[in-house]
Amino acid sequence: MTDNLTTLFSYAPQLWDGLKITFLLTAGGAAGALLIALVLGLAMASPYRWLGIPARIVVEFFRGTSLLVQLFWLFYVLPLLGANLDPLSCGIFALALNYGAYSAEVVRSSIAHVDRGQWEAATALSLSPVRMMRRIIFPQAWLLMIPSLATLLIQLLKGTAVVSFITLQDLTDRIDQLRQATGDTFFAYTVGLLLYFVLAWLLQVGMDALEHRAAVALGRREKSGRLRSVLSRRHRPKKEVLG
Amino acid sequence: MPGTDETPQSRADGAAAAQPAIEFIDVEKRFGDNVVLQDLNFSVAPGERVTLIGPSGSGKTTILRLIMTLESLTDGYICVHGRPLTHEKRGDRRVALPKKQVRSNTKRIGMVFQHFNLFPNMTVAENIIEAPIHVLGMSRADALEKARALLKRVGLADKENEHPTKLSGGQQQRVAIARALAMDPEVLLLDEVTSALDPELVDDVLGALREIAETTDITMLIVTHEMQFARDVSQRVMMFSDGQIIEDGPPDEIFTRPQHERTAKFLSAVLEH
Amino acid sequence: MWDWSRAFDALPLLLKGFGNTLIATVGGTLIAVVLGLVIAILLRVLPRWINWLLKLAVAFVRNTPLVVQLLFIYFLFAKHPVLAGIPSLTLGLIIIGVHYSTYMSESYRAGIDSVPKGQWEAISALSLPPARAFRSIVLPQALRATVPSLGNYAVAMFKDTPFLFAIGVVELVTSAQQYGGRHFAYTEAFTLAGLIFLAASYPTSLLIRRLEKSLARY
Repeated sequence: MTDNLTTLFSYAPQLWDGLKITFLLTAGGAAGALLIALVLGLAMASPYRWLGIPARIVVEFFRGTSLLVQLFWLFYVLPLLGANLDPLSCGIFALALNYGAYSAEVVRSSIAHVDRGQWEAATALSLSPVRMMRRIIFPQAWLLMIPSLATLLIQLLKGTAVVSFITLQDLTDRIDQLRQATGDTFFAYTVGLLLYFVLAWLLQVGMDALEHRAAVALGRREKSGRLRSVLSRRHRPKKEVLG
Repeated sequence: MPGTDETPQSRADGAAAAQPAIEFIDVEKRFGDNVVLQDLNFSVAPGERVTLIGPSGSGKTTILRLIMTLESLTDGYICVHGRPLTHEKRGDRRVALPKKQVRSNTKRIGMVFQHFNLFPNMTVAENIIEAPIHVLGMSRADALEKARALLKRVGLADKENEHPTKLSGGQQQRVAIARALAMDPEVLLLDEVTSALDPELVDDVLGALREIAETTDITMLIVTHEMQFARDVSQRVMMFSDGQIIEDGPPDEIFTRPQHERTAKFLSAVLEH
Repeated sequence: MWDWSRAFDALPLLLKGFGNTLIATVGGTLIAVVLGLVIAILLRVLPRWINWLLKLAVAFVRNTPLVVQLLFIYFLFAKHPVLAGIPSLTLGLIIIGVHYSTYMSESYRAGIDSVPKGQWEAISALSLPPARAFRSIVLPQALRATVPSLGNYAVAMFKDTPFLFAIGVVELVTSAQQYGGRHFAYTEAFTLAGLIFLAASYPTSLLIRRLEKSLARY
């Protein structure tokens, strides 16, 4: 065990490098996914069929074909078509497309779930559609979408592990190197899983704080007691967004 | 009742002052197979305050929602001050107006809802100034000054920076009234504005509306179950049943000497409460 | 750029891989459906501190990557004299099943919670034995709310089966990669693999959405 710990400490810089790659993939993938989700989600929520139908097709396409297929397609096929992406970009793009498609559906359904009275009041004030969406509907839909987006963000983090298949030295890859260095599978992978677990927990805490802020903005929750409310809400049901 | 053979277009030629504030011409509204309104024709003069009464499902709320363009007409025309609201007649064709024009047509029509529908992500003042600034192009300072005056008028001068969720239902509804008035409406639609309120909060809201009725000449269409309020405020009552106007006259006449048996039945049922 | 003869040539191999994909999905779903229910029931009946431990374990499995879990167990078993003999497909479907049981337990929990309080009150008013009442009254109602959600997770699991690539299971995507590498026909192989996934998962999702709507009506 002490041998393992010594190896772990000497191996810390490599683990840190792996963590950085995993972090880059998560942050880049999430940013891209959010952008894609907003564009496609708003298009699907719009009353115009010429916008909604193509967006729906794109969403179903990227939800229906598996993440790994998309990743391999970008990595193996794209160069044949003359576009060379480095593995990190491939990873970020695949994650953004796949989770962006799932998130787009979250954006659409959250917008659809904003109280109809809000749309009606905005119409009664003759607000323009853009203004109505930006100022009235979206801020309220945002609160509804955060829990589902949090679940997807953690799934995205878990999804980053597949990039070790396309030569990237992310956390998963570094854990395997640690296994080889220590010769102790149980030790190396326990460390690895714990690291992922902590990362997921941090993301959840961050998203909970974001949700709290959004709820305060809508007057649904008090400003004070922020930390307390974040901690006490750890066990609330997880949102289901798959399928 | 005005003749129904005239087209909205021919009316649009006349002087605006002579035009009715609201005119329904052969209006039909269906939800799927369910016919809510059919061959409906009536007009409301500028400054007139009309209460629509009738059993639920008789189509009175639908009328307000059609004027506010929250529902789309199945057939027929609605004119506001002589101008077609959502559709116009070109030759023999009934043509939908562009969305932008419809929105511009509704600028001077205000509506207050049963469930207030204040925007929870904005303060009271922001709720009121949003549309004057972004629809009418008012300056922020002017809009705010106007909002303060309106809040004072409905008895909420100190609530300007509150969040709507912190207010009682009666206070929220008065903010909603101020929000509608901030657009300087020519027509104000009141859709069961006290139905969602606790009984002790109803009087404040009705008081604010009474004051507005007395001091302005805004055309009002009111759907309510508050018969005393209807009697005090409106100059005219229309009784609806199954999408038809079955009685139309001054409140004193309708409330004391209803001509139609169904009106009498409805009134006795409502007044028993 | 696209060679139809290559596509047709690849198809039999891909379909063979797809067979393993289906085995993993069906096997994994069976495990997850049963284990998920067991977890959901245990979380209702276990004493407090064990309950807390089980919750932590469920959160741990749910919030860590399937790929890492697969590699972990695979390498752990590789040195064991008996366990090393388990075929990687079997190992893979067990792990993916356990992984998804943590999601499905949440669906069951939500389903049980959705049974109206009045039902529980009626059960105690009638002095029915708890275990029996749970089986014959609560569970059937809970399942109605749970089934579409379980279906969604089964579809999600189906799309996650390519992760079994990590432990050398020759499923659809692995077959595509092998064929693509051997004949330098990645375009055809991966495009077909994607289309097969889409052709299987999209209609299933539609069916589940319809089921969801028809069940919601009761």
